[in-house]
Amino acid sequence: MKNNTFYTKQTLKHFRHPHNYGMIKNPDGIGEAGNLICGDLMSLYIKVKKIPLKKGLVKEIIDDIKFKTYGCAAAIATSSVITDLVKGKTIEEALKISKNDIINILKGLPPIKVHCSVLAIDALNEAIYQYLIRNKKPIPEELQKTHKRIELGKKTIKKRYQDYLQSQRRAI
Amino acid sequence: MKKIYLDYAATTPVDPRVFKAMRPYFSQKFGNTMSLHWQGRQAAKAVEKAREKIAKFIGADPEEIIFTSSATESNNLAIKGTAFAHKSEHKNHLIISPVEHDCVIASARWLEKQGFEITWLKVDKSGLIDLEHLKNSIKKNTLLVSVIHGNNEIGTVQDIAKIGEICQKNKVYFHTDASQSFGKIPIDVVKMKIDLLTASSHKIYGPKGAAILYINHQAKIEPIIHGGGHEKNLRSSTLNVPAIVGMGKAVEILQSEGKKENLRMIKLRDFLINKILTEIPGTHLNGHRKQRLCNNINITFSGVEGESLTMELDFQGIAVSSGSACSSRNLEPSHVLTAIGLMAEDAHGSLRISLGRWTTKEELIKTLKILKIVVKKLRTISPVAYEK
Repeated sequence: MKNNTFYTKQTLKHFRHPHNYGMIKNPDGIGEAGNLICGDLMSLYIKVKKIPLKKGLVKEIIDDIKFKTYGCAAAIATSSVITDLVKGKTIEEALKISKNDIINILKGLPPIKVHCSVLAIDALNEAIYQYLIRNKKPIPEELQKTHKRIELGKKTIKKRYQDYLQSQRRAI
Repeated sequence: MKKIYLDYAATTPVDPRVFKAMRPYFSQKFGNTMSLHWQGRQAAKAVEKAREKIAKFIGADPEEIIFTSSATESNNLAIKGTAFAHKSEHKNHLIISPVEHDCVIASARWLEKQGFEITWLKVDKSGLIDLEHLKNSIKKNTLLVSVIHGNNEIGTVQDIAKIGEICQKNKVYFHTDASQSFGKIPIDVVKMKIDLLTASSHKIYGPKGAAILYINHQAKIEPIIHGGGHEKNLRSSTLNVPAIVGMGKAVEILQSEGKKENLRMIKLRDFLINKILTEIPGTHLNGHRKQRLCNNINITFSGVEGESLTMELDFQGIAVSSGSACSSRNLEPSHVLTAIGLMAEDAHGSLRISLGRWTTKEELIKTLKILKIVVKKLRTISPVAYEK
């Protein structure tokens, strides 16, 4: 592999040979994060498997996960890593995954690309949020907050871009 | 793997003939042009020879050529230098095109902060400025108009003779950044009525570190670098003699071979443009189809992000560049692509392929082949549909 000082070897490897890309038919949850306008768009699809435990309890694990991403090398690499991290984990465990877990696996991301790892976490949270809503399950408080932040973020990015366009149009 | 360089608009390799001409000026003829002794004299002589060659190439008087370190410096000097030289005359209005290189835009924005007024010109979808808007924008206090000759991103070539005429009629300075067009399109500063012109060495197979600003005899300009009074007191700094000698040699080569070389490049350019547009779906050309730099190709690949595309091509040994926001420092799409009305998603998916002296048809055929594979791969991963 060629030397690229901007991205780590691990990032380039995931970018070139991403794991788990594509779509899942009839997914149990879809999470979308980012905004085409700002450059990156990530969609995560999850399939949840219920494993019965004793006393009527059920363990929910994310049995399959796939992604589709429009974005730079960092966006594609972080998408790939998050699918690896999530596969086989319970909902509770998956919600604990942080951007640092992704960055650690990639052995670092350039500062300007850290937001790509946030995007992956956001997409995952959104997918789980949708799954819980669909199944009329209680939403943990933390996840509710995250969902609100992402919704707001999408609006802000849109607004920011409109302002940017306006400033460009001023020039035209 | 044989590597393919298709980023000649970013920079060009030094022509071996240029390198050979430069060599004596590092360790043998190393003098400072300001020195009175034989070392100084031979350095000064070499610089003046280069100045003459370059002046002749654009129909200027050698006295009107100032050497600088880069096109960025020349553009800064042209815009800020003119602005400050006329500040006391209440001429504080400048007209700038929105498709300029960053260094012109940033200089204009800086002047805005110093109290100057800037009008940004309208451009059409191909990137050509609106000449009527230019005429209507000129006011009593207008000092200077700056319009890039050949655009560095989309390759669109402005009708600078017409712009020059409008400026002369209205008695305002006309500056053009000819960094990309110099050597590719014939320039005559007198016929085209240009007052200030920027050109750079490293875009024409010369070394980095040398550029010129042509300053018409009539133009009044204030230096922005002060010191020992080099270059008619307009640009103090010890002259970079080997680089200037190299630029002179590069111009000499263009003078004899440029015309033929540019015709060859137009053929290669149109070959690849047509192949990409017909053989890869969801593609379109940015910039003017005909009024275009002979070596510029800028294409949007819908549904594919530019940085990913550039990197995939890099893995295959192909060097190109992108106007994607992801590769910019502020994560905003290119101002040139936005100015010509490209939607954000199309600006992100743009690729600039620029050809040069050593580009072969075989290289382009191989590039096309790899491009097809890479675009297809990235579209498989992308959630954005590309069909139009």
